[in-house]
Amino acid sequence: MPDSVKPDYSWPAMEKRRQIGKPISRLDGHLKSSGRAKYASDFNRKDMLFAALLTSPHANARLTKIDIAEAKAVPGVVVVQIITPAGQQVQWEGTEIAVVSATTEEIARDAVRKIKVEYQVMPHLVKEDDLAKAGARAKAAGEQVTGDPDQMFKDADVVVSDGFYSIPVLTHCCLEPHGQVIEWAADQINVWPSTQNVSGYGGDLGTTVKFPADKIKVHMDNIGGGFGSKFSPDRWGAEGATLSKASGGKPVKWMLERNTELQIAGNRPSAFAKIKVAAKKDGTLVAWQSESWATGGIGGGGSPPIPYVFTEIPNKRMNHSAVATNTGGVRAWRAPNHPQASFLTCSALEDLAAKLNMDPIQFFKKNLELTARKETYLRQLDKAAELIEWKKYWKPRGQNGAGPVKEGLGIAINTWGGGGHASRCQTTINPDGTVLVETGSQDLGTGTRTIITQVAAETFGLPMSAITLRIGDNSLPPSGASGGSTTVGGVSSSTRKSTVNALAKLYEVAAPALNVQPSELEAVDGRIQVKGNTSKNLTWKAACSKLGVNKISEIGINDQRKPEGLNSSGVGGIQMAHVSVDVETGIVKMKRFVAVQDVGLVVNPKLADSQIHGAAIMGICGALFEERIMDQQTGKMLNADMEFYKLAGIGDVGEIISFLDITPENDKRGIVGLGEPCAVGVVAAIANAVANAIGVRVPSVPLTPDRVLAALNGTSNGRTA
Amino acid sequence: MEKFAYANPATEKDAFALLGTSWGDTAVLAGGTDLITSMKELVVTPKTVVNIKGIKSLGGITSGKNGMRIGATVTLDELAESPLIRKSFPSLTEAAMGVTSPQIRNVGTVGGDLLQRPRCWYYRNGFGLLATQNGKALVPDGENKYHAIINNNGPAYFVSASSLGPALIALDATIRLHSASGPRDVPAAKFFVTPLNEQSRETAIQPNEILAEILIPTASVANATYEVRQKEALDWPLVTASVALKMAGNQITSARVVLGHVAPTPFEAVAANQFLAGKTLNAQTAEEAAKQAVMSATPLSQNAYKVQLARVAVKRALLATQKQA
Repeated sequence: MPDSVKPDYSWPAMEKRRQIGKPISRLDGHLKSSGRAKYASDFNRKDMLFAALLTSPHANARLTKIDIAEAKAVPGVVVVQIITPAGQQVQWEGTEIAVVSATTEEIARDAVRKIKVEYQVMPHLVKEDDLAKAGARAKAAGEQVTGDPDQMFKDADVVVSDGFYSIPVLTHCCLEPHGQVIEWAADQINVWPSTQNVSGYGGDLGTTVKFPADKIKVHMDNIGGGFGSKFSPDRWGAEGATLSKASGGKPVKWMLERNTELQIAGNRPSAFAKIKVAAKKDGTLVAWQSESWATGGIGGGGSPPIPYVFTEIPNKRMNHSAVATNTGGVRAWRAPNHPQASFLTCSALEDLAAKLNMDPIQFFKKNLELTARKETYLRQLDKAAELIEWKKYWKPRGQNGAGPVKEGLGIAINTWGGGGHASRCQTTINPDGTVLVETGSQDLGTGTRTIITQVAAETFGLPMSAITLRIGDNSLPPSGASGGSTTVGGVSSSTRKSTVNALAKLYEVAAPALNVQPSELEAVDGRIQVKGNTSKNLTWKAACSKLGVNKISEIGINDQRKPEGLNSSGVGGIQMAHVSVDVETGIVKMKRFVAVQDVGLVVNPKLADSQIHGAAIMGICGALFEERIMDQQTGKMLNADMEFYKLAGIGDVGEIISFLDITPENDKRGIVGLGEPCAVGVVAAIANAVANAIGVRVPSVPLTPDRVLAALNGTSNGRTA
Repeated sequence: MEKFAYANPATEKDAFALLGTSWGDTAVLAGGTDLITSMKELVVTPKTVVNIKGIKSLGGITSGKNGMRIGATVTLDELAESPLIRKSFPSLTEAAMGVTSPQIRNVGTVGGDLLQRPRCWYYRNGFGLLATQNGKALVPDGENKYHAIINNNGPAYFVSASSLGPALIALDATIRLHSASGPRDVPAAKFFVTPLNEQSRETAIQPNEILAEILIPTASVANATYEVRQKEALDWPLVTASVALKMAGNQITSARVVLGHVAPTPFEAVAANQFLAGKTLNAQTAEEAAKQAVMSATPLSQNAYKVQLARVAVKRALLATQKQA
């Protein structure tokens, strides 16, 4: 490209935007609401087989014998594949033992029950609430000390709050379970997975099954939730491929059962902590001490970054232990470790504020010097207070009336990165004026399709309907996995660059017809026109016809290390909850939830708002209902279902108000991802609101009636109820 | 799910011919919200499934001079929406409304509610009705926050899952069972039984019988149900209380207080009944009756909170009867 036409990729000025920044409804909404959107299990191939999985009923056992002869003999069974051979140990319930492919789903399941397995059962640990019982399974990380916390806690002039707090393991519980349809023909693998990583899936699968990645074709239109649990092809992807190969390349459909989905297909680590925190009488935080532990399965795992956001508390001592339990392994979960850290920190700080008889907002404000973004949080605290009507409803802890139903307000804080991931986009302008935009990204339900189309339409001055978009296929230019709130920044930037590059090429052919230089042109309202003399123009179609038989095809690349101002990273947010608690039944109801979220350039405020609503609902589930319940006697997850693994319904979520901190200054930062930060503080805000309402801290979430009543009766006992 | 034969009889007589004399081989299907999921999870593995939804004589709600008749295949939605029921038996309407999923109300039946199996998660995970492993009861030392707080000294620790049972007992209803040898009436209060072994069931119905209809005597009783349920969306009650009071002016002449989800059967709180007889209903007597109702509670390691919930439910159900007047 000649220097003279080096394109300007920067986002159009706010006042000139016609698509970006507009609250456009998602393009695929009608497909989803009408059931026409296709998910992995909706792909049906000729001669397709069905897989069914046998899993371990034991949490810790050595497999001593496995006999598949009877299963193989079932009419209709095609392949029986052993995944865990005799001699190997299984370390959690639900571990994949063997898989059957058959001509029908029913036959496959019947055959699974004919596989005979013998185990030598070994002792297990599946609960981590009592650190003393973990013994050698608890591995301490090194102690971290800053300043002189011991001296500070002894200081006569400080007020100390000492508490215990815990948040359990949650499972991702994707509505669409993990799985795929896969076929391994002689020289190609075709796979229709449910994945957050369309472009990377083939490489990962190829490495596992030793097959060239460029001969693995991956296609996904829609996904029914991933939340961080669907990056890898997993064992079912790899074993599915070999099942297909072993049956001569017949396609195999394999989706996990609901119980297996909850047992092994993703969870987020728990967090337990004894926290001591001290402030001067004016509320200035001076010391923090925490002894925390967590489990993330047999690998331990889970280290919440505490103290959260208020990282600059001058005197600190932190000890953390990872507890290895015989439970399914952790996976990334929407803002990994942040919700736990926010809950632990904000609970301890709100308890200290109550002890100081301070309004928690004033207490937070007093200590914003200890955070990385004082001005942002200051502004947000005021805005959130206004939206939740803090002045009207907030009363000091425990002063919430005489009747059985008490109301309370609570606050929480969040932070996240959210810079754009690596992404390539290709834009083609055809001589007939049609536009094709292609990138190997995926729409997790967040509205990625809509966002990319908006950006392309903006660049070209065309309506959204003029853009044809292809995503969800690894034959397209590669784009990063969707995790860490990196997608919107990545794909918007690569789309912007590829569309700007393509438009520059179109200007080159249109300019001679208008007797101007390409640099004098602009694309507005379906026309290519001369800047400052808009009567000199060509319609988009007429301009494209100048291409003759040639089409324009241009790549745009977002380099995550060089975002060139199109996207950036680092946001903060404040979340507040208003709850009511029936102190006779311990039942907590949501009245209102407010999220004030720092953002960069917002491509689509409606979709951004939708992200915040989704995050709030997810957090309400975690605050009030969700927990993985393990039974130490049997080693089993007792609620690997959607009956007692409780999730909120629409009647349980109350009013949700989101406020996007859209300002010219924020806009200049470019796009920042939003998916994670708004999921961080929900549990903390609700837990604090409940403490404010009932006058005592409920140490453990979810805030179920047993726990709330135990706290009110003084029988929480420093443990999970 | 194991393979099974499916029968769709049009008459009760045809259905009787398909029923066996022991449990396990044949299952009766109505709404299927419990049976089908249990079959999918291999908790039950019948060889024959007999659908009774097509038998017309088992449906309908009618009011006669002796009382109300509710057919066993009446759906929970029909029951909840029935003005006849709401007028005389709001406790039953409330109980039906407490089944919080419209999908389940639309297909789930009155008979199915009474005959559904326990939701105990050990039972549902394959440890049997009495939840044992190697002969040892799992509930007392296990995860028991939803389990029984009354009549829970074994071998059964689960709670009766029926939403309508407590109200029907309080209303002095009769459960009419049909079999080839004719009808058999069982008072609702005697219909639920605590199984002593894996081979027995939680109700008085026999394998060769079909639950045909429910008869509720016409009597002027103030009645109400209060359900403590955490979620608005689909969720099981933690505790329910149904009460029925015969009144003479402001005075209670006789009372029936029945708790649900606290014991292996609905639990009639006789002590509360006795306390209330002759009293005037007010906040104090309701509170005292509520205390009496849970006097015999012996909570397990994780469910002491349910004692309080039961007390609150009784109090609130009693006071709710006043709001109807």
